[in-house]
Amino acid sequence: MEDLAAEVLQGSVRAMARLITLVENEDPRSFELLGSIYPHTGRAHVLGITGSPGTGKSTLTDKITTVLRQQEKTVGVVAVDPSSPFTGGALLGDRIRMQRASGDPDVFIRSMATRGNLGGLARTTADVIKIMDGFGKDWVIVETVGVGQDEVEIAKTADTTIVVLAPGLGDAIQSMKAGVMEIADLYVINKADRSGADALVTEVRVRVEQDAQIKKAAWRAPVLKTVAVEDQGTEPLVEAIENHRRFLEESGRLKKVRREKTRQETLSLLKEEISRNVLEKILGEGRFDDLIEDIVAHRKDPYTSVKEIVRTIFPEEE
Amino acid sequence: MTGKKRIKVIMAKPGLDGHDRGAKLLARVFAEAGMEVVYTGLRQTPEMIVEAALQEDADVVGLSSLSGVHNYFFPRVVELLKEQGLADVLVVGGGIIPDEDVPGLKDSGVAAIFGPGTRTEDIVKFIEEKVSRN
Repeated sequence: MEDLAAEVLQGSVRAMARLITLVENEDPRSFELLGSIYPHTGRAHVLGITGSPGTGKSTLTDKITTVLRQQEKTVGVVAVDPSSPFTGGALLGDRIRMQRASGDPDVFIRSMATRGNLGGLARTTADVIKIMDGFGKDWVIVETVGVGQDEVEIAKTADTTIVVLAPGLGDAIQSMKAGVMEIADLYVINKADRSGADALVTEVRVRVEQDAQIKKAAWRAPVLKTVAVEDQGTEPLVEAIENHRRFLEESGRLKKVRREKTRQETLSLLKEEISRNVLEKILGEGRFDDLIEDIVAHRKDPYTSVKEIVRTIFPEEE
Repeated sequence: MTGKKRIKVIMAKPGLDGHDRGAKLLARVFAEAGMEVVYTGLRQTPEMIVEAALQEDADVVGLSSLSGVHNYFFPRVVELLKEQGLADVLVVGGGIIPDEDVPGLKDSGVAAIFGPGTRTEDIVKFIEEKVSRN
């Protein structure tokens, strides 16, 4: 157990798989292990792939991976599918569409269930990316759950975010105008052999032009067509991804984005750690239950009570 | 919200037959029972199945065969798991398996064979008991 991080850094696939499980389970031991991995992260380019269910995210992931492998890059894939809010179980089906990639020992694919997290990713996806990065993967591709409007966590997690759309979901473009449509570094119109594809391309290009008029941005998201199952358009897509990567590096944006990401991640770790410690103290004493009784009976109010509790734990404040 | 361990299952169909109704049904049954099930689909080689089990850190590999290839494929999966240091992964099988083949499969390391008509709750119970013991 104690050598798990060291084994990952030495290239053990088995250790990587086991460490990811510990992290997914939020096992207390995982913190220290992630701490040992962290100095070795920051090298991989993280590519996020998001879009509605059935647009072809998994198939695209498989094809992009194949092109990257032809360039002799190593690839890690995190494929996220939803957990049932009722049973907690999950059917993780993305691997089916990744047959070509899954037969390649230099491609590591891990399916993850969301385990109740909203936002399109699992709570621990960012940590799993770090493990694959630390292991030495050149690219980490993250496929989100099929998203609707609001699941934009991927944009905070990935360096390059692709939003995948498909014709025939006519209304999707309308409903996706806020949220997901705002996070694309690249748009992919997949299943482009179907009717309505060109109209969809035009619609998205109009939006990109509008965006450029509304706010100045150094990067204008290209709109590409693919037919992933036929492997059409994959190579131009990978070129476009490479272009975005170059843009991030040359414009200094990558550093800026990653600094912000580090800030957010550290802040949320800190919040979790504080609330874990504080809540353990408060809930462990049993006085909390008494307090709830007082609040239910309207002898006390929750607003003042909460302030009082925090004051007893951090008396030096104010 | 703290995480907890969930049983992770790989459901795979080795060989060439395309009948995956049973495998898909069981994948759903396991998910309903609170497990995380990776469905790998049809026409899997033992190597592909074991690679998936390795990467996914699976507790269980469920194999389904209706074409008579079980006597080769099931023991081969067990053997490859051992080679990868994954001897603790529970291997269970189902499908059309003649009774006389069952002892041989069990000797090779397949923990159980569930034929047609097995109650799904019995399969779930078997897996839950075996995995929690590990």
